[in-house]
Amino acid sequence: MVTITQTTTQGPGPARKQGRWRRLPVVHQLHQSVGIQRGMLVAGLVLTALFVLAAIFAPLIAPYGFSQLRDEDGAFGAQQPPSPEHLFGTTVGGYDVLSRVIWGTQTGLGVIVVAVLLSIFAGVALGLVSGYFGGWLDRVLVVICDAIYAFPTLLLAIVMSIAISGGQSSLWGGILAAAISITVVFIPQYFRVIRAETVRIKSEAYVESAKVVGTSNLRIMFRHVLRNATRTLPLIFTLNASEAILTLAGLGFLGFGIEPTSAAEWGVDLKAALSDVSSGIWWTSIPPGLAILLTVLGVTLVGESLNDLADPRLRGRRAVSAASGTVAETSVVPGGTLSAGPGGLAGLENEGRP
Amino acid sequence: MKPAPSRSRKRLGGNLWRYLIIRFLLIFPTIFILVTLVFVLMRTTGDPITAALGDRLSADQLAERIAAAGYDRPIFVQYFEYLGQVFTGDFGTTLSDNRPVIEVLFVYGAATLELAFYALVVAFAVGVPLGMVAAYFRDKVPDAFLRVFAIIFYAVPVYFAGMLMKLVFSVWLKVLPVSGRGTTNTELEMQLLEGKTGIYLWDALRIGDPGILGDVLSHAVLPGLTLGLLTAGIFLRLVRTNVIGTLATDYVDAARSRGVSEYQLVRKHAYRPALIPIITVMGLQIALLLGGAVLTETTFEWKGLGFQLTEYLQARDFVAVQGIVVLLAVIVAVTNFIVDVIAVLIDPRVRY
Amino acid sequence: MSDVLQIRNLDVSFATDAGAVKAVDQVSLTVAPREVLAIVGESGSGKTVTAKTILGLLPETATRAGAILLRSRDGKSENDIATVTKDQLRRIRGADVSMVFQEPSAALNPVLTIGWQIAAGLRAHDPALKRKDARAQAVEILTKVGIPDPESRVDYYPHQFSGGQKQRIVIAMALVLNPGLIVADEPTTALDVTVQAEILDLLRRCRDEFGASIVLITHNMGVVADLADRVAVMYQGRVVEEAAALTLFAHPQNDYTKKLLAAVPRIGQRIEAAERKAPADTDAEPVVRAEKLRIAYPGRLGRPDFVAVDGVDFTIAPGEVVGLVGESGSGKTTIGRAIAGLTTVTGGSLTVLGTEMNGVKERRFRPLRSSIGFVFQDPGSSFNPLLTIAECVAEPLKVHRKSMDQRAVTQRVGELLEAVQLPKAFGSRYPHELSGGQRQRASLARALALDPALLIADEPTSALDVSVQARVLELFAELQKELGFAALFISHDLAVVDILSDKIAVLYRGKLIEEGTGAEVLGAPKDPYTQRLLASLPVPDPVAQAERRRVLADLRYTEPTA
Repeated sequence: MVTITQTTTQGPGPARKQGRWRRLPVVHQLHQSVGIQRGMLVAGLVLTALFVLAAIFAPLIAPYGFSQLRDEDGAFGAQQPPSPEHLFGTTVGGYDVLSRVIWGTQTGLGVIVVAVLLSIFAGVALGLVSGYFGGWLDRVLVVICDAIYAFPTLLLAIVMSIAISGGQSSLWGGILAAAISITVVFIPQYFRVIRAETVRIKSEAYVESAKVVGTSNLRIMFRHVLRNATRTLPLIFTLNASEAILTLAGLGFLGFGIEPTSAAEWGVDLKAALSDVSSGIWWTSIPPGLAILLTVLGVTLVGESLNDLADPRLRGRRAVSAASGTVAETSVVPGGTLSAGPGGLAGLENEGRP
Repeated sequence: MKPAPSRSRKRLGGNLWRYLIIRFLLIFPTIFILVTLVFVLMRTTGDPITAALGDRLSADQLAERIAAAGYDRPIFVQYFEYLGQVFTGDFGTTLSDNRPVIEVLFVYGAATLELAFYALVVAFAVGVPLGMVAAYFRDKVPDAFLRVFAIIFYAVPVYFAGMLMKLVFSVWLKVLPVSGRGTTNTELEMQLLEGKTGIYLWDALRIGDPGILGDVLSHAVLPGLTLGLLTAGIFLRLVRTNVIGTLATDYVDAARSRGVSEYQLVRKHAYRPALIPIITVMGLQIALLLGGAVLTETTFEWKGLGFQLTEYLQARDFVAVQGIVVLLAVIVAVTNFIVDVIAVLIDPRVRY
Repeated sequence: MSDVLQIRNLDVSFATDAGAVKAVDQVSLTVAPREVLAIVGESGSGKTVTAKTILGLLPETATRAGAILLRSRDGKSENDIATVTKDQLRRIRGADVSMVFQEPSAALNPVLTIGWQIAAGLRAHDPALKRKDARAQAVEILTKVGIPDPESRVDYYPHQFSGGQKQRIVIAMALVLNPGLIVADEPTTALDVTVQAEILDLLRRCRDEFGASIVLITHNMGVVADLADRVAVMYQGRVVEEAAALTLFAHPQNDYTKKLLAAVPRIGQRIEAAERKAPADTDAEPVVRAEKLRIAYPGRLGRPDFVAVDGVDFTIAPGEVVGLVGESGSGKTTIGRAIAGLTTVTGGSLTVLGTEMNGVKERRFRPLRSSIGFVFQDPGSSFNPLLTIAECVAEPLKVHRKSMDQRAVTQRVGELLEAVQLPKAFGSRYPHELSGGQRQRASLARALALDPALLIADEPTSALDVSVQARVLELFAELQKELGFAALFISHDLAVVDILSDKIAVLYRGKLIEEGTGAEVLGAPKDPYTQRLLASLPVPDPVAQAERRRVLADLRYTEPTA
């Protein structure tokens, strides 16, 4: 649980505004982190930013088009080693490796956005309703989602992509097929998380107090449960984004990818490069492989750091000197004074208690 | 709240059996859901025969084959028939090479089992101790190093890792074979062996030829390491997080206050309670291991279910694909059952 | 002077998310052999941090300065915890000083047998110790702390013991190496009051029979009066007063100490209630009437249902305050929740504001909800963390007074906040920006928003410090007098219930065993359980408490534990 720890003495004004800005996910955690954890978070953010920037500016950065086989000097040729014209050489199909790596970010980003958006909406809605109302619908959904959850995501994505496109791959159809396949795999994950959160929040005193008052279910669900249940979403989002990339590439590697002429996709390129490796050709496999690795690494580092920072047990803190800090007041004064808040003294006194 | 000790023990035993039985029965809806899901999805695009042979046969021939296989009947009839077949272990006949799917499953399943075994050995041997080391040195240099290791092994696509290993150890250093499960000679010996299991390590031990055993093992190193290290990275993270979590509990503090050393705290007091969630989550990783096995087998031409699956996928042989996927669903459901049972058995609280 | 423990000029600071916080500020304390030193204070006073420092158990986010000199029992060695090496510290822990924790179920490793855990401590100090001998020692110490049948129970897991027994085992672990000093951090806070009395007796034996000194950390003045020889009062990280227990209770010097002592609720303190006493209209139709009320929670997986409330009869008249007392598992909270329609009634009859709750449909009950207010126990979770206090307090108005415009709502919220003595400006704050006591008052404001005929308060003050509790109780009494609502006041604390209630009902394991006015129930209890409950409640007066202890011992002798 992420508890906001700005203490209270700030009145309205600029200080308070800064507090709000710091409450934003990621920004808040970046501020909160120290040492190795901050290093990991920053590294992850940088890698992720590079990936997004490459996707946005691919047409400007990439030396050639993703399906370009020739320029004014003639055909590129197949399996050409790296050279000034082709920094990472060319593939067995005669494409420029570097260009395909850069264009690949677009495909990856597109799939992440579509897949994660679709699965968040479906998964959150199902999880919320299922967790809040319970009953037989809940039980059925839980069994179904558990069954799907335990199943290898890649296999399910294969079956899905057969169902969607008959295993054929076309232009945007390919991206959409991949994205929807991944969505189906992810819905159970969001469902499980949101449902668990909903069930937990449902028994919190503030929801019960709304019930005592007679607030309608709809109002409780949206006003009280939904917003509190979705606090963990940035975290799952990052974990799923990395899994989306891996699944997309896995599909490509197994032959369910997007045709090289439709879009650039790293898994497809790796599949094509598989036979090159045995003959010692490294430049067709290492760049797209590294691209996947770095992208997933970046997103995972962000996710891991968010996870650690969200868990007070895993969160590191700065060391302080013994004489520093002010003593927090207890509330003996009539009316009570402000305590140090969740991260303050009361929190310390309670540390380790369940 | 005062429990009568002898009676409460007996009652716990009863609850345990009830839990085991209910958990066992839960396997069936799981398999049923997955079989249904796979069936529905695979049939949304039409019948398998058109998919596999549509571009090779004339319309008349196709219609004839479809009618012969019964794919022209209502989908519900086919569905219930399929359910019945699966229940009796009949997964149909492959379209591309005309073999009973169940035979394919047995022949290639052994290879996948062997690969999964190597991978699990590596994963346990590497992941669990390193996870405890990382928890012990939490937020210090060894921890940072191990975490980056774990994240990289999670982030790297298993086939890319495999390709890199191949490139380094097989192509450049030439110390290990590029692909396959053995040299031609080994494969031949294996075929000739009577009562072969298909698990080469076992069969090689039975043949008793050190040359063949060495050959089998050298072929297993790269695929085993590739898949094993991927899983090890996940185990490492899992162990680290859970051990750190238990290290922060009162009872570890209590043990510390009695003078138990930090090493013993991690080794005994924190590890045991952490084991229960670790085992539960490890069960879920079986799915990941199987997905990884498909990719690893394809990378190293390790002729197991995964390799065969990609072959059938290329051939658009969806009967075979469906059979393999359903079998894997059964394996996943059963392993998860076993893992849950283990987790409950080592938990003295047995809350069910 | 051979003090077991000397703390000199101790400073401790923590790194928190909110920046550095100083928890302990220039604290100096000493503990003599066979002495019980109580460190008393409210939350945030630094008492727990001080205790953990003695064992070197501070988390890595803490830094400290000063000296903690610890003498071993035989007086041969004296170590400064602040400077010893890790390995020395490890050897000191358990052998020279040990600790008893607040929550016994958290302090025992759930997956290891208690015998193993005791032996692990022994073997940590003597690696050569044989398994069999360690076990024999474990059995011996379990016998001494009063665990029945220790030979077989040494192989039990913690969950097979009751809460009180668990705490005995934790104490056994602390005693087994015969350390000169035991640090007990709120050792009875998590326990029911009858169990608390037993554990306090055991701790007294630790001193008398084992000759150990005890540092007792507590917020409960009754516990202090029961056990302590000397008392140090901590406030905001400093020791504000230190004196022998008798002196401190008789003649407190420091203003804070005086305030703290005055705030402790005592039985027979019904000043407010006597004034307020409206002519109880006994003829009027009661707000709540329970007849043979039975509430059972369905058992999981075919296990028998758990009966939380079993055949309870009572009524609440309009304007009457009924106090419901009981220990954990007595079913008191369940009754409160059933009246509010949060828990389903499974048998008998429960009439709330004229509506039968057994089998009631939410649709029919909803209009009545505007006449019921509820105050929850935990001030930390009773407000949606994402809404401001004003939005939370306005919630009942938005639901039931849809015709009210925003200005009227704002005005009403302002009035309510003022009624509970919170500044209007607090309306724009978020729940986490308020202290526990403030949040509990805001909770009261929300419960009163619709001017209810009935208020249910479920342990509204048990999570609060004693001085804050006093203020909240006072406010509650004032508002009740002013608004005249009927109330069900649920608490485990007899003294708290006594302050407010016109009528007290005592619950024990789902059954109502005694009911009557405060004077009847607490003045002359008829049921043996009530007698025991009353006698177990420690009073903040060492002289009176010593007398009560004798009474309790007699009770226990004649009335073996139910």
